[in-house]
Amino acid sequence: MKFGIVQFPGSNCDQDAYHVLADVLGRPTRYIWHKDTRLGDVDCVVIPGGFSFGDYLRTGAIARFSPAMKAVVEHANAGGLVLGICNGFQILCEAHLLPGALIRNRGLKFVCDWMRVRVETTNSPFTNVCHTGQILRLPIAHCDGCYFAEPQIIEQLRREDRVLLRYCDNPNGSVDDIAGICNETRNVFGLMPHPERASERLLGSDDGRLIFESILPCHETAAVN
Amino acid sequence: MKAKIIVMPKRTVLDPQGKTVLHALDSMGFKGIREVRVGTVMEIELEGGSKAELQKKIDEACHKLLSNPVIEEYTFEIV
Repeated sequence: MKFGIVQFPGSNCDQDAYHVLADVLGRPTRYIWHKDTRLGDVDCVVIPGGFSFGDYLRTGAIARFSPAMKAVVEHANAGGLVLGICNGFQILCEAHLLPGALIRNRGLKFVCDWMRVRVETTNSPFTNVCHTGQILRLPIAHCDGCYFAEPQIIEQLRREDRVLLRYCDNPNGSVDDIAGICNETRNVFGLMPHPERASERLLGSDDGRLIFESILPCHETAAVN
Repeated sequence: MKAKIIVMPKRTVLDPQGKTVLHALDSMGFKGIREVRVGTVMEIELEGGSKAELQKKIDEACHKLLSNPVIEEYTFEIV
């Protein structure tokens, strides 16, 4: 499993994601510059957290039109895996790879805290080593993390078992306590919490590692220390 | 010519900024204000093209980039 991490001006979790994938999990990982028109030889693309293009206009609104994102959309449509974390989730929504949008937190404040999030389904390439109902301890750090979608979309997400993570204590006003959703074909996942900041016990939790280990094929998971 | 674009959060979308401004106005003594919603105004300088062409262009720009139809609605005028 080869990983690529897209870097935009203002990305700031790109190196954290690189560290987890390359150093902690020991997988081939490369950066993809936002101006690159091709992703190269990667199986899973990570859109990292940060403040791409200064969050100008709306979070993710400018990044979504970068050349690399065009390639990411093609990769996703061809069935390739895409993981969007925080700003990455916002970008995936703006790019219409995921439904809905992330708007200003209900309390208007930037929230930086540890959260308990519940794994709602293991039927995805991003949660398959977890068990349903498992509580993960992951940090959040965002001002625009309130998930919004029209009621019929929320109903569809529920019906199709596409809410992968829910907050135990909703920190931002997200509809239906949604912390992370996948697309219809389950190969694109966006979440506001930061699994890459919680993949080593030294950092206070290694629950985030389960998300990355889920992505690895079975024979590779067995090889992870 | 110039385009003036107003982007507002949809009625169905929570506008915590508007609510906070409403509370501030109320506590300052500005009574009788029922609702506040906060949006964005953009001014765009244009050159060339007929008004109809510019209208089409701005409408497309609003739909694709300047607003997010999932959460916002827009109006604009070209003067």
